[in-house]
Amino acid sequence: MDIANGAALPDRDTLLDWYRQMVLIREFEETCYDLYEEKRITGVYLHLYSGQEAVGVGALAAIEPRDHAITAYRDHGVALARGVDPGPLMAEMMGKRSGVSGGKGGSMHLASREHNFWGGFAIVGGHLPLAAGIALEAQYSGRDDVVLCFVGDGSSNNGYFHEALNLSAVWRLPVVWLIENNLYGMGTHIDEASGQPLLHKRALAYGMRDGGRIDGQDVVAVNGALDEAVAHARGEGPVLLEALTYRYRGHGVSDRQYNVRLKDELEEWKAERDPITRLGACLEEAHPDSRPAMSALEQAARDQVLAAVKFAEESPAPDADDLVRNVYVE
Amino acid sequence: MAARNQPMREALRKALREEMLRDERVFVMGEEVGKWQGTHRITRGLYEEFGDRRVRDTPISEMAICGAAVGAAMAGLRPVAEMMTINFAFLALDAIVNHAAKIRYMFDGQFSVPLVFRAASGWGDQATASHSHAPEPIFAHFPGLYVAAPATPGDAYGMLKTAIRDENPVLFSESIALYPKPGPVPDDEDHLVPVGKGTIRREGADVTLVAWARGVEWSLQAAGQLEREGVNCEVVDMRWLRPLDMDLVYDSFRKTNRCVIVEESLPMYSFGSEIAAGIQENMFDHMDAPVKRVSAMDLPLPYARDIELMALPDADKVVAAVKEIV
Ligand SMILES: Cc1ncc(C[n+]2csc(CCOP(=O)(O)OP(=O)(O)O)c2C)c(N)n1
Ligand SMILES: [Mg+2]
Repeated sequence: MDIANGAALPDRDTLLDWYRQMVLIREFEETCYDLYEEKRITGVYLHLYSGQEAVGVGALAAIEPRDHAITAYRDHGVALARGVDPGPLMAEMMGKRSGVSGGKGGSMHLASREHNFWGGFAIVGGHLPLAAGIALEAQYSGRDDVVLCFVGDGSSNNGYFHEALNLSAVWRLPVVWLIENNLYGMGTHIDEASGQPLLHKRALAYGMRDGGRIDGQDVVAVNGALDEAVAHARGEGPVLLEALTYRYRGHGVSDRQYNVRLKDELEEWKAERDPITRLGACLEEAHPDSRPAMSALEQAARDQVLAAVKFAEESPAPDADDLVRNVYVE
Repeated sequence: MAARNQPMREALRKALREEMLRDERVFVMGEEVGKWQGTHRITRGLYEEFGDRRVRDTPISEMAICGAAVGAAMAGLRPVAEMMTINFAFLALDAIVNHAAKIRYMFDGQFSVPLVFRAASGWGDQATASHSHAPEPIFAHFPGLYVAAPATPGDAYGMLKTAIRDENPVLFSESIALYPKPGPVPDDEDHLVPVGKGTIRREGADVTLVAWARGVEWSLQAAGQLEREGVNCEVVDMRWLRPLDMDLVYDSFRKTNRCVIVEESLPMYSFGSEIAAGIQENMFDHMDAPVKRVSAMDLPLPYARDIELMALPDADKVVAAVKEIV
């Protein structure tokens, strides 16, 4: 399967940079998976982004550093694509003091204030009104920043979704609501969870711009759609759109059956629509000399993640003082 | 200091208005806070004075009101979000507990959440079960949040200002029954009541009455009645349910060696249980009698006036409890 569907292709450097980010995310996530199997990452929650890289990378490439990104607990890829250093991210997975959240948030609560990456939220839908509030601050202060809010298909069914989207429409807040429709909320398929499984159509009910459904495995398509959505949000108000994607590692590490339960479907998504393979093929076709550059990026990703693991494992754990710190602003 | 006699409703309005004038980042949001003038008229006139940017009518969306307040506060504004009544805050419990209260800790200090959730609270107007709660202890359960519950107009004024200026999220409970009651309000725009500091409303040597909000009124009435019978009550107004000024309770208890706790809320897992536990853990050597609690009855509230009031605490119940231990 091709990418871009005939749309203008960004230049070689841009494509290579997206490739770099996507292979970094994949490497980071697969390493997390292995580390969890080896009990070097512990706990019960670890939701991997493998398979969804094109959504995060393509979408975040459409916003500026002054803009804002916020997501749910499947947050590693978003953090990396926002430019957060893999070392402190990996340290957070391992519950180290050098983690982005001091080892107190864990995999589901990554954030980096300096990157305008507002987190990582584990309550389904809980971050949606926060996105509205962050957008309100920008609007209130007379800036034209935009908030890019990643939304799970499953979370489009709880009350937060309705209330936050409606509020954003009433107040014309600069939010791009991007549903990452990976077909499932844990084990429940979208067809069994939504009366209208074309989730982007809900835009009509809120009186906001419908950005349509896009192929979330095509980074160029994602980026193109997000460019438009961001421009609309910046000038006129909220947009809802939906990227169709797929999770390669099931819901999370507690989902031990995903590769049995979803075997055929999983293999099909991997074989036919893998976002990294597709971007690689596109690069080679448009720029036949780019294979060595891609190989170098793959190697760099491996090195970077190895260094991140080393950094994390060598970092000290938080101590009793850290335990009680930052409950309040003292 | 000069003061004016005003109802609590006016004291709250004055505090809000002055804080909005003082700090451009302070804004009000909630259901019917603007054009309608506020369900309880606390925001009366603010919409006309400040306009719809700073006095924001919202849809009936408690989760979004509280959640958007959290986001706006993280980003640098100082929202004052009104819950029309505290009963409706139950819909937003997640935004309040999991987000407002925990975000600072969860992200290890990267964010602060300087906001106020104002909520009209209490029961006794035949509002029926779903609309009759004094659930402040539920919110006070969670570290990360402060809980304020003023008993007088002067405190309502100072505590709301403190809450708005503080860097932490505050659940600010306003007793509906106290809104019309007058009291002195200082003529001082910087009148603040420190977070977590209670106060002695009346000195006495025989029994300590510990209360908050409406319980203070019942306690003072009871103290007046008991004085005529030769019993001297000290009345402690806690003012903040979190942080809880236990030192003030202990200081009083060391003097009186007896305590009755008075609360508008339900008895199980309550303010009363908490204070009684603190006293027995820390004041065992000073105890001359069991610690008593006067709470609402452990029931949902009925509509019928004849039985509704039976379930509520009042001054007579406080008097009876004191008599059991003196
Ligand atoms: C309010 C709430 N209900 C239930 C859960 C448990 N839960 C965690 S993730 C999840 C599925 C959410 O699916 P979706 O929004 O599609 O995100 P995805 O995992 O596919 O990225 C559920 C039900 C939760 N965390 N929060
Ligand atoms: Mg999903």
